[in-house]
Amino acid sequence: MCSYIVEKTALVGSAKGRKGWMRIDTANVYYDHPYYSTLDHVLAIDFTNEGEGGRDRIAVELSAESARALVDRILAALASGDVAHGAAAAPVAAE
Amino acid sequence: MSYYQGLQAEVVPFRGHNGDQGEAYYARPLRPGKFPGVVVIHHIPGWCEWTTEVVRKLAHHGYAAISPHLYFREGGANESPDDLGARIRAAGGVADAQVMGDVAGAMAYLRAQPNATGKIGVIGFCSGGRHTYLAACTLKDIDAAVDCWGGNVIVDNPKDLNAKRPVAPIDLTERMTCPLLGIFGNDDHNPTADQVNRTEAVLKKLGKNYEFHRYDGAGHAFFNNMRDAYRPEQAMDGWRKVLDFFNRRLAASTASIAAE
Repeated sequence: MCSYIVEKTALVGSAKGRKGWMRIDTANVYYDHPYYSTLDHVLAIDFTNEGEGGRDRIAVELSAESARALVDRILAALASGDVAHGAAAAPVAAE
Repeated sequence: MSYYQGLQAEVVPFRGHNGDQGEAYYARPLRPGKFPGVVVIHHIPGWCEWTTEVVRKLAHHGYAAISPHLYFREGGANESPDDLGARIRAAGGVADAQVMGDVAGAMAYLRAQPNATGKIGVIGFCSGGRHTYLAACTLKDIDAAVDCWGGNVIVDNPKDLNAKRPVAPIDLTERMTCPLLGIFGNDDHNPTADQVNRTEAVLKKLGKNYEFHRYDGAGHAFFNNMRDAYRPEQAMDGWRKVLDFFNRRLAASTASIAAE
């Protein structure tokens, strides 16, 4: 069912979209019907820069299974980073 | 029975809530004659390609159909509807009152056309189904309404109500003045089969003119041939139910082409 449920998180980063690289400060995360995917539901993430109006976004629509796998691989990569690079991969508070 | 299938589809300006000017997707048969109108209410993801296909399908079957872009205030006509939908979602969605104003504006657009019979139906899918239920209860001069799997007609958790969606549509059922057709998949999670049953119980108790059709082996959005949810047999039967309902209630000026 269509819902307006959105999990919003501030972040520090950059992303590449149709206009090239941009700084991003927000991720809107939701699990709902997709716009493009054929799946009934997707885990969608919109990366935006709300500080600059939030009009551009880098969007992904992922199956629930692949989203969970991605979370797992992100955590694994960060854990490996902790070993390889020390504190560099420690959590950084969003600005 | 007419087998002339020519139609014209275009994006037109219309006046929505508070007189705001936005865009709507409008299609009508090209053959001579007057035609009933149908307003098509899109789902939360936005004014998508499938919505425009529904508009053209209704024109193919003898209706002047229009789908107002409910997110037009968020950006220009040259911006992708999915980007507008993403921003609307992040802002908590559109207010029910604004959507009702936009639907009323789309109805006025249809009735102002020289080829209009004056009869108007409304159909909506998913959140648009909920909006259709709301329209049937709150807008005047709707002749037929079709709710396709609208969720949150029943709101079990009061915390789900807010300034933009202040009232559960089910609580407005007493005010429903037009016949209602409901199309639902029994595997849907919102609305669940139980919620559909509870909605029907209220309609029945209040003596409303309604007919519900439930489909086994189908879940949410099973008409949508751009999704894995598509169920061709159930969808074809459902479309027949929809077109038959509109033909009976809106008295199409020329016979619809059979949905076969």
